Amino acid sequence: MSEQLCDLPAFVVAQKVRSGELKATEVLESVLTRMDQVEGKTPSSSYERFEEADLEKVHAFVTITRDRAWSQAEAVDQAIRAGQDPGPLAGVPVSIKDIFCVKGTPSTAGSKILESFISPYTATPAVRLEQAGAVMVGKVNLDEFAFGSSNEASAFLPPVGNPWNPAYVPGGSSGGSAASVAAGEAAISLGTDTAGSIRQPAAFCGVVGLKPTYGRVSRYGLIAFASSLDCPGTITRNVTDAAHALNVIAGEDPYDATAVKIPVEDPVPRLEAGVKGMRIGLSPDYFQLKYPDPESGELREQAISKEIADEVYRAADYLSGAGAEIIEDVPMPNTRFGIPVYFVISRVEAASNLHRYDGVKYGYRFPGDEEDLRQLYRETRAEGFGTQVKLRILMGMYVSAQQYEKGYYEQALKVRTLIRQDFSRIFDQEGEYKLDCLLTATTPTAAFKIGEVYGDTVLMQYADLLTVPCNHAGIPGLSIPAGLNGEGLPIGIQFLGPDFSEASLLQVGRTIEMLTEDAEWRKIKPQILETL
Amino acid sequence: MPEEITREIFDHLVDLAALEMDEEEADYLRKELNNQLDAIHELEAIEFDPSTPVTSHGVPYTEAISSALREDRIEPCKEADEIVGQAPEEQDRYIVVPDIPAEELQ
Repeated sequence: MSEQLCDLPAFVVAQKVRSGELKATEVLESVLTRMDQVEGKTPSSSYERFEEADLEKVHAFVTITRDRAWSQAEAVDQAIRAGQDPGPLAGVPVSIKDIFCVKGTPSTAGSKILESFISPYTATPAVRLEQAGAVMVGKVNLDEFAFGSSNEASAFLPPVGNPWNPAYVPGGSSGGSAASVAAGEAAISLGTDTAGSIRQPAAFCGVVGLKPTYGRVSRYGLIAFASSLDCPGTITRNVTDAAHALNVIAGEDPYDATAVKIPVEDPVPRLEAGVKGMRIGLSPDYFQLKYPDPESGELREQAISKEIADEVYRAADYLSGAGAEIIEDVPMPNTRFGIPVYFVISRVEAASNLHRYDGVKYGYRFPGDEEDLRQLYRETRAEGFGTQVKLRILMGMYVSAQQYEKGYYEQALKVRTLIRQDFSRIFDQEGEYKLDCLLTATTPTAAFKIGEVYGDTVLMQYADLLTVPCNHAGIPGLSIPAGLNGEGLPIGIQFLGPDFSEASLLQVGRTIEMLTEDAEWRKIKPQILETL
Repeated sequence: MPEEITREIFDHLVDLAALEMDEEEADYLRKELNNQLDAIHELEAIEFDPSTPVTSHGVPYTEAISSALREDRIEPCKEADEIVGQAPEEQDRYIVVPDIPAEELQ
């Protein structure tokens, strides 16, 4: 394949557009051409039959916003001609996970119950991207209400294909985000991460996923899943783009009381400052954990994939060679409880958040003559929600209902404290470890085949095993590509740091990027692009 | 181990959740719920100080980092028509629903 304008990094596009070397409309044209080549079928709620051809394309977009994109790109070019500043992301194509409300566009959350909903307002991080001159090319698919780790749980099918091999899942729930960025259909995608939903698909698709600290980016306009865990962030093809995007979307917001008023440190100036003197930890508790046996389903103590563990150690060697101090055997004893705690907390919050969908105020309503309002609720929700959504609501009801709950919820919130304490202990600058960050694998395995895990909800949830502790603790996490496995599928590694340490995580990530610039695996492109 | 979520409990949960489903979906969901509970029971094995506080957000929200509350102010909603217009059934800016079940007060 030959590199096209749509394959350029976001920061290069912005530089060239701002200097007048390149037009925003030229970049957009290149993106739309790429979409024509790789997208295939538009996902639909009336999809009925699986066809082989569905495993050959990406189909990341639920809605392509061509008209909006053209008028935004023309406005950027017009501003340049008029000598005005079009913003720091001028002309950069962005995709937005369809769980963010964007005024005038369908905002479906991947659910039939919101299929007809046209948002009357725009989410804060999306407003900020557009104000920065970015060009919104469309809304991308996700697991329904972000409930899933493979994108197969969307109401709009065929499911998103992984650009490295479209017969494999892109991960989830921000799978459309990761796939659209990996395939050159956007340079930045706005996603959300509740248990790993940015980092896990980023790892599966060989791109960079940044989950900022909870409270760093406003949740205003984000359709809620688990409010104490949901965190907007970005997926990009490189670390520098993640830094530029964070600068735009982060910061205080009068519309979200949980968006903190701590000033945002610009990560760009120190991106290439190296890691000399940094203390980076490795924990055995992220290499060997209790998770379900993929064959028998039985929960047992297992090591993560050796190919992935090897890449984590290789990254540690690189960092050590660059002057960082690698601290081994850092204990993180509560890591293994991340998923059980998540099974309780996220379900309780989801059940509460999803009670608002009733067929009355907006979205889908069951089209019959119901005898009373309660029947309308039941039939609307029965038809409008997918199976995975019902499962989450029912579990949330069970673990919080007065007559059944055996202290599950309170126990989970206390174990959440222990998980947070694990991190506080290792990042404490007066403590024993004094770490700047922890280096781990992002996922225990690489991407799996479409259809292979879907349906087994316990095994699927454990795809988030290594990413979810960060959400419980609220801390930031960055996943970057670290190589390819024997099947040619991407491997991701993750850096976890203390609250509001995004700039230093990006600095470490950029260091690895520079050290592996000439690595053989970086020359290999996603399969879907090789055939162009 | 006996099933924790019996058919009876399951049906009650479905009612609480204002849902409906066919037998096949119900069987699948009940099986998955019980499987997930096996994972949740891992939590019972943890020994810790019962006075451990709960964490409801990871990041502690101190006054220093929290946004100040906004002043109460009456502002006309510019998007009122768009918002009401989203309702599946609407008449003269009222949202139409079927009969609302109610009991006569004695």
